[in-house]
Amino acid sequence: MKGGGLRVYAICYLLFLYAPIALLPIFAFNDAKIIAFPLSGFTTKWFVDMANQPELGKALKTSLFIAVCASILATILGMFAARASTRYNFPGKGGIMGLIMLPLVLPDVIMAISLLVVILQVANWLGFDNPLTVWTVVLGHVLVCTPFTIAILNSSFLTLDRSLEEAAIDLGETKLSTFRLVTLPLVMPGIISSLLIAFTISIDEFITSFFLTGTNPTLPVYIFSQFRFPAKVPAMMALGTLLVLSSIVLLGIAEYFRRRGIRRQGGKDTGGFL
Amino acid sequence: MSAASPMIELRDVQKYYGDYYALRGISTEIRQGEFFSLLGPSGCGKTTLLRTIAGFEAPSSGVLKIDGKDMDGVPANVRPTNMVFQSYAIFPHLTVAQNVGFGLRKERLAPDVQAKRVAEALEMVGLKGYGDRAAHALSGGQRQRVALARALILKPKVLLLDEPLSALDKKMREQMQMELRRLQRQVGITFILVTHDQEEALIMSDRIAVMFEGQIAQLASPQQLYRRPVNRKVAEFIGVMNFMPAVVSSVGNRIEMDVSGLGRVTIPAEQCPGGAKTGEASVGFRPETVTILFDGDQAKGRTVPGVVEEVEYFGDMTYYVVKLTGVEKPVTISMRNLVGRKVLERGDKTVIAWEEGSLVLFC
Repeated sequence: MKGGGLRVYAICYLLFLYAPIALLPIFAFNDAKIIAFPLSGFTTKWFVDMANQPELGKALKTSLFIAVCASILATILGMFAARASTRYNFPGKGGIMGLIMLPLVLPDVIMAISLLVVILQVANWLGFDNPLTVWTVVLGHVLVCTPFTIAILNSSFLTLDRSLEEAAIDLGETKLSTFRLVTLPLVMPGIISSLLIAFTISIDEFITSFFLTGTNPTLPVYIFSQFRFPAKVPAMMALGTLLVLSSIVLLGIAEYFRRRGIRRQGGKDTGGFL
Repeated sequence: MSAASPMIELRDVQKYYGDYYALRGISTEIRQGEFFSLLGPSGCGKTTLLRTIAGFEAPSSGVLKIDGKDMDGVPANVRPTNMVFQSYAIFPHLTVAQNVGFGLRKERLAPDVQAKRVAEALEMVGLKGYGDRAAHALSGGQRQRVALARALILKPKVLLLDEPLSALDKKMREQMQMELRRLQRQVGITFILVTHDQEEALIMSDRIAVMFEGQIAQLASPQQLYRRPVNRKVAEFIGVMNFMPAVVSSVGNRIEMDVSGLGRVTIPAEQCPGGAKTGEASVGFRPETVTILFDGDQAKGRTVPGVVEEVEYFGDMTYYVVKLTGVEKPVTISMRNLVGRKVLERGDKTVIAWEEGSLVLFC
């Protein structure tokens, strides 16, 4: 058969990607504390077990709060930077944009440690006792997410025809109302993708959270701490199952809005997640 | 406002970016209600000048007045000008009616009044009933019309058009040229058109400013520009012109010179619009201003023999490239294909009749 080898390769690749994720729900419903085959029976008690951990609920809330704040802040900062880099020329632009994008390739550990040192120092000067709160984590996540939001929003602003904004100004609008009436609706798909990506990055960011978190751990930090106790592992499998499900739902919603946006503007679909 | 005062007044307007001069001192007046074209090759500053009038670029120095008011410090959104962009800049997220009514937003009209104005504007550009369509579903010609309606609905004093027809195919372009001209007469607004297409400028304009390298080389009516270009550059940019070397021996009301191949010629001074001086110069003529004599034709004026080198048949016209005796470079001559007139072939010997009135002198 023609292309048989490639087909086998493609199937193996997909198995490698998704088989571990497929194991999550299997062990989440398996009636045993040890994560191993053979399976010993069906149960939903791990979900009950999971629901009975108030600490987990708190961690989830903390994570959601941080992700929402970080994604909004990173997207706003990303809009400023993307607009500046696509609309204006200023001295040192290349260098500045390079520095802004650097955290993309900088190891998270280094960023997290440096940030921790700075925060502790500043807190020391200002006389705070316990500087590490959810807001320090938000700060760290904004730093991690912003290069991604800039990359996404840059392409949105680049594809926006400059004469559309000029036309609005020519027709009597101010710079501000032009932004609201023309620019914002046209880059909205980019803003939504930016929010989603930043949200996703923030939700599963571990290293920065681990260093900067105070008394309220985020979900990944909490999950990591639970893996020290074998008895807690199946409940984490149950949690993982729910997280995978919610990811799929979220991605579906995002794709629906993306396609609707493209259809409304009569653009051509040039990709996307699904 | 009296009819005599200009709609736009430019006094020594300069624009430079670093040490690159986009506009090198433009001084001119554009009259109320005229169809004015800025014509030139790309990079000549014509678009910069248009954008300066619109308020998107601030002149580095000089004075710009619109309807008698100094525009220094007046931003684009409050100038009495509206623009049709090269890309049309139709808002893709709005309907046709929302696009056309976009500029009315700040007038806070009652919904039915606004709808009526939008409908009128759409009817004016021949898009009656298109209001509810999505803007992105329109063809190129329709986008152009929407852009026109959107600009004209605000009744600007000046409508600026930045190469509005360059994205259309040939048929559509010719149709829109006629329509733009009709529309301009109908609304009586001053139109300023930027174009690199000399034919388009000749067809539509009352007056044309030919620009090279940030300066106006010549400002004249289409006929004047075609028949009496001030220099070789303008002559070459507008249509086709043949050039022959000449030596001017005396100037005055009448200019005497020796033209290679044509001999001794005397022309009135007005046939040297760029100004005459003695010495070496060149003489030009348009392809249609001389005649190939066919069998039995009577010569009007003087004659010179030649040989046909190339024949281009266009249906209504035939363009001949003819080597004239005593002229180094072959010249292009066009003849209408009248009934009974034969089309010459390469290598045919022929005789050209010319008159002194067809010549233009460039010193």
